[in-house]
Amino acid sequence: MYAQMVKSEATQDDPAKLAAFQARIDAGEKVEPKDWMPEGYRKTLIRQIGQHAHSEIVGQLPEGNWITRAPTLERKAILLAKVQDEAGHGLYLYGAAETLGVSRDEMTEMLLDGRMKYSSIFNYPTLTWADMGAVGWLVDGAAIMNQVPLQRTSFGPYARAMVRICKEESFHQRQGFDIMMKMAGGTPAQRRMAQNALDRFWFPALMMFGPSDKDSVHSAQSMAWKIKMNTNDELRQKFVDQTVPQAEYLGLTVPDDTLAWNEAKGGYDFAEPDWAEFFDVLKGNGPCNVDRLEARNKAWDDGAWVRDALMAHAEKHANREVAAE
Amino acid sequence: MTRKEWPLWEVFIRGQRGLSHRHVGSLHAADAEMAVKNARDVYTRRNEGVSIWVVEAAKITASDPADKEAMYDPAESKVYRHPTFFDIPDEIKAM
Amino acid sequence: MDQQTATFEFLCRMGDNTLVLGHRVSEWCGKAPVLEEDIALANVALDLIGQTQMWLGLAAEVEGAGRTADDLAMLRDVWDFRSALLVEQPNGDFGQTLMRQYLFDQWHVAVLTALMESADPRVADIAAKSVKEARYHVERSADLVIRLGDGTEESHGRMQAALDKLWPFFGELFDDDPVDAAMAEAGIAPLPSGLRADVDQEVAAVMAQATLVIPADRFAHRGGKTGIRHSEHLGHMLTQMQWLQRAYPGATW
Repeated sequence: MYAQMVKSEATQDDPAKLAAFQARIDAGEKVEPKDWMPEGYRKTLIRQIGQHAHSEIVGQLPEGNWITRAPTLERKAILLAKVQDEAGHGLYLYGAAETLGVSRDEMTEMLLDGRMKYSSIFNYPTLTWADMGAVGWLVDGAAIMNQVPLQRTSFGPYARAMVRICKEESFHQRQGFDIMMKMAGGTPAQRRMAQNALDRFWFPALMMFGPSDKDSVHSAQSMAWKIKMNTNDELRQKFVDQTVPQAEYLGLTVPDDTLAWNEAKGGYDFAEPDWAEFFDVLKGNGPCNVDRLEARNKAWDDGAWVRDALMAHAEKHANREVAAE
Repeated sequence: MTRKEWPLWEVFIRGQRGLSHRHVGSLHAADAEMAVKNARDVYTRRNEGVSIWVVEAAKITASDPADKEAMYDPAESKVYRHPTFFDIPDEIKAM
Repeated sequence: MDQQTATFEFLCRMGDNTLVLGHRVSEWCGKAPVLEEDIALANVALDLIGQTQMWLGLAAEVEGAGRTADDLAMLRDVWDFRSALLVEQPNGDFGQTLMRQYLFDQWHVAVLTALMESADPRVADIAAKSVKEARYHVERSADLVIRLGDGTEESHGRMQAALDKLWPFFGELFDDDPVDAAMAEAGIAPLPSGLRADVDQEVAAVMAQATLVIPADRFAHRGGKTGIRHSEHLGHMLTQMQWLQRAYPGATW
């Protein structure tokens, strides 16, 4: 998921207030920014929404990597519009987090110096045009699994941001699958490219949901607060069940020898990703961690003079207007 | 130079003529004029609007949710303000 | 030069300008100084790519050789491009990108406005669609040039440097040549030189507000719009833009 392994914060608030708060959540009431909320709820949300926002922002890079190499004018426009949406989604999410008392610049600084994380998936490289298909199909597909239920999350601004995001996001996965269809039905080289992309992105996509959290206290707390709606395993299973038939339709092979339909559970049995690799990526040892953070830092540093100048201009003019009054 | 973050603006969009402006989200801009332009680029990419309002978030005065009972509960007892309070005989058609 | 050839050349000029500039602006994706600006730049690039599809689509139709807009964009080499030198210039810093955009936009609005009266209804139609976008572009780029010019000492210096660097590429947009003469005679497009006075006035007003000084020298580099001598930058851009189509000929995407 875009927010992985978010640790919930312990809360040391008045038990009576906590119980009342939990009762409101259980009754399906939304929490709004000015409402009283447990400190742990607030902090956990900042971490989760922040991580989600950072993922959108860093997530621009692997796809942005192919905008200047898109094969047709239409593909270029579609990809650009999609990556632009990701910037928008980051913006909406930062806005939701800001209602909790942390500014966007503060969150940005925390991303840039490594204090806050983003999804592991964006630390994998995009090597061929088929990767644009695989990212849309698999990565957005996995993200949507999580985002759709989050439209019902308990924190109002987060839920509203997710509604907007889901509405816009619906074209992302389709454009990815559309690219895959063209590739899988194309020349032998294109078919190889498509299979190669699936081979490289299958397990990283499964990792997006995070390791099994059925015994995690953090997840239990987040689920009680309705800021996490499903367990990681539930979502992963749903994703596999949905995606395998799509791969078959494309005539591509999911790179998992153990994959088999399990009639009894009504879903596929499948191999777990290499969780050691996952933890390596989270620690900063993914193939692109260094490049991604360097790129974000460079954009931020290079843009400092612009942000400062626009602020200075606005202040100068506000002062001038006041002086003229 | 000391870094100063651009202020936060709340954005309201009129979806079509005849409707009121609705809160759609927020964004950052150095001043109001820039906030309107940014709102156009951020929040109307899919023909969502025909008019934009922006308000600096810091300038909004909001009611306190702790006063919720005093503020809103008294209205609950004034059911006669709603048309369904009154029974009108079926013979009287439109009212 | 026959009318068909001249029209094809003219349409390629329009389409190659938007293609090359749209590509340049898209290079910013994910790297702008602030999120709002990232989104705004992508909107500009998207508008320009859309306009490219229309101009090059019409160019291909006029040519009548069975080529498509994509063929023209992806399979011509440097010497067949008709983009002005201004739009080929690399992005540089954000200030240089914005200055290039502003100078282009101010010209673009003028030419599109005139083209709305074109004797060729297909041209008038594309111009009418494009001019709405271009008007917004110039409003935005002029505003940012003013704000950055009249911002901090550093931003002022960067914007003045950008103007000094790009100014010698501005004049080419107003050059007349036999293609333009043929277009003007057929009532399809205005003579570029005729647009200059009004555009200059706009530019002067914006630069004054931006507290920037327009270089006195009117020297202009030439060779982009005629295709006689492009910048070295264009070839490098094409190696990226056209790579897939060149590496996998005949594939559909």
